[in-house]
Amino acid sequence: MMIDVTGLEFNEINQKLRESDNKVILQGCLGQRFIASGMKDKNIAIDGIPGNALGAYLNGASITVNGNAQDAVGDTMNDGKIIIHGDIGDAAGYAMRGGKIYIKGNAGYRAGIHMKEYQDKVPIMIIGGSAGSFLGEYQAGGVIVVLGLNTNGKLVSNFPCTGMHGGKVYFRGEPPKSVFPKNVCLKLATQEDMKYIEKQIVEYAEIFGYNKDEILNAPFTVATPDSNNPYKQMYVAN
Amino acid sequence: MALLFYPEFEVVRNENRCIACRVCERQCANEVHTIDSESGLMLSDETKCVNCQRCVSLCPTRALKIVKSDCTFRENANWQDDTIKEIYKQAHSGGVLLSSMGNPKPFPVYWDKILINASQVTNPSIDPLREPMETKVFLGKKPSRIERDEKGNIKFKLPPQLELSMPVMFSAMSYGSISYNAHKSLATAAEELGIYYNTGEGGLHEDFYVYGENTIVQVASGRFGVHEGYLKAGAAVEIKMGQGAKPGIGGHLPGTKIVGDVSRTRMIPEGSDAISPAPHHDIYSIEDLRQLVYSLKEATEYKKPIIVKVAAVHNIAAIASGIARSGADIIAIDGFRGGTGAAPTRIRDNVGIPVELALAAVDKRLRDEGIRNNVSLVVGGSIRSASDVVKAVALGADACYVATAALLALGCHLCRTCQTGKCNWGIATQREELVKRLNPEIGKEHLVNLMVAWRHEIKELMGGMGINSVEVLRGNRLMLRGIGLTEKELEILGISHAGE
Ligand code: SF4
Ligand code: SF4
Repeated sequence: MMIDVTGLEFNEINQKLRESDNKVILQGCLGQRFIASGMKDKNIAIDGIPGNALGAYLNGASITVNGNAQDAVGDTMNDGKIIIHGDIGDAAGYAMRGGKIYIKGNAGYRAGIHMKEYQDKVPIMIIGGSAGSFLGEYQAGGVIVVLGLNTNGKLVSNFPCTGMHGGKVYFRGEPPKSVFPKNVCLKLATQEDMKYIEKQIVEYAEIFGYNKDEILNAPFTVATPDSNNPYKQMYVAN
Repeated sequence: MALLFYPEFEVVRNENRCIACRVCERQCANEVHTIDSESGLMLSDETKCVNCQRCVSLCPTRALKIVKSDCTFRENANWQDDTIKEIYKQAHSGGVLLSSMGNPKPFPVYWDKILINASQVTNPSIDPLREPMETKVFLGKKPSRIERDEKGNIKFKLPPQLELSMPVMFSAMSYGSISYNAHKSLATAAEELGIYYNTGEGGLHEDFYVYGENTIVQVASGRFGVHEGYLKAGAAVEIKMGQGAKPGIGGHLPGTKIVGDVSRTRMIPEGSDAISPAPHHDIYSIEDLRQLVYSLKEATEYKKPIIVKVAAVHNIAAIASGIARSGADIIAIDGFRGGTGAAPTRIRDNVGIPVELALAAVDKRLRDEGIRNNVSLVVGGSIRSASDVVKAVALGADACYVATAALLALGCHLCRTCQTGKCNWGIATQREELVKRLNPEIGKEHLVNLMVAWRHEIKELMGGMGINSVEVLRGNRLMLRGIGLTEKELEILGISHAGE
């Protein structure tokens, strides 16, 4: 089912989505926010550029954007899949607790901020290009993978993993040159890590038409919180 | 090791009454009381006593009392006892001072400097026992004018509203900072009273979804336990931007408290720290706030009012004006005397402003700008009695949030050591043997009693003024007079001085 959303307000679009078939194509999207907020069982393709907070609180729906996306994609997402065939704006996947966000291009500032995980719910975000500053800030769980494809080796800007206290960030290729906080340790990915990455990359490569072996044919570095050196404030009871 | 200073409290045991039944020993999680096996006498280590009065209450022979020690440093109006002790504590530990519950410092309490009017001669007072008196209020955006269709019928399409049987709700306290039994007491009492309680930022325990119609679910910067089902479970969603006891800083529930159900409800692994960053990292402007408000409205299909909670700080009127334009339905303002499970002492005692001034300033600003009907105003941060409620309503509030008063009803003795997790009254703890001490049935009964009593008092106070509904009292500042206040304070409160 195709819906032409030219000139429609976001609430009208979401109303139409709620009433539509499970498989929908939105055409003529131009900056409308909050698309598919909290939605469960839809499969939505978007032609054009959706506005901020695409798929916030997403709860199982899958969204494909044939273009770029803006800020706060997948805010507090619980389940589902968001595929971006271009670049993504700031604060992608804020506090996401489940599901997948696959980005072909670059991510803006604060990607994956405060991502978390619980038991078998482990969210994952794969960024094909490079990430902006404050990647994985306050990360509490989940997995971020930065591939640095077609970026001349650039992986991430300043202050990655500030406040990180859980989860993992993988970087492909030469380890990033950015300065990491002393509460985070960087190591070469282990075989177990590589097995995990491979599993994730298979689907990613297929979606964006990459050769998975080419992607995997590079060293990966993994950033995790340093359990020997956690963030802590010394308190005294008063 | 030498004592840093003489203990603050002394345990006084009347040896003639003590029967060495060891109840005090079992009741004190701080391990103050022990028995001397040789002599069979009870001993006490008062260095550990926090004056929570648990042992005093339960001693069957009334043999115990806790008194403030009269062993003090040499008197000094500048370097008072507490100040000196704080220096010692920090010099020995290098730590940031951590406290709990509300600001205990002797700042002015404006509620106590405001007097309420009563009718005499020129308009009759009303007897609430014999005449109808309405305490019901509705919270949410109100239309600013009546619209009619071609036939002249009123078009009746109100934005979502919360209906309260009286202008009081239980404010946010997270599961984790308080116990399961405390949450259960609040939830069941709210249901029986026809008001609301608030989950705080720790998610909603699966057992309490059934009380959803009387629940406000909170979304804070850490987004713990937030998912679509949670948002839809509540009657309203509250975005927590700030808290009166600690404006400008986030929360940190240490991993040691993230166990069992608390971990499941927050949806984070056991033993991992629950960190709520100080800001929402996606909100740097009113425009950004609008985005969170509308994403929540979309996710809940416009069926629930969205509350934005902020701490009372400088420029609160301008901040509230922005929030009122963000699409929020209700603004909650939390004053600097509001309670907390843990806050750095310096922040609790020095940051923020009294809610009375914040409320008066906000209500005036929104009226001046013609946007007062865009939002309802809820105020908290130490509402202690029915008269505080009446004064708040007359200053412009639609309803009040109470937390400390509710905890007192549950048995809290304001020992201000919630941060230790060893609350002997079963409230601010997750230790099973302590949680058990709070019976949720009795807890509910006490909360209901308190609110029922307040409702009677609110009616009596209103009746005295010749006012028969809370709606009429709202913003009726002519019913208030200040006592012992400066011109400036009266100007901000928008009231005259007593005698005028
Ligand atoms: S901490 Fe409480 S229970 Fe323990 S001795 Fe002091 S007053 Fe009694
Ligand atoms: S909740 Fe418990 S620990 Fe906190 S002040 Fe009250 S009695 Fe003390």
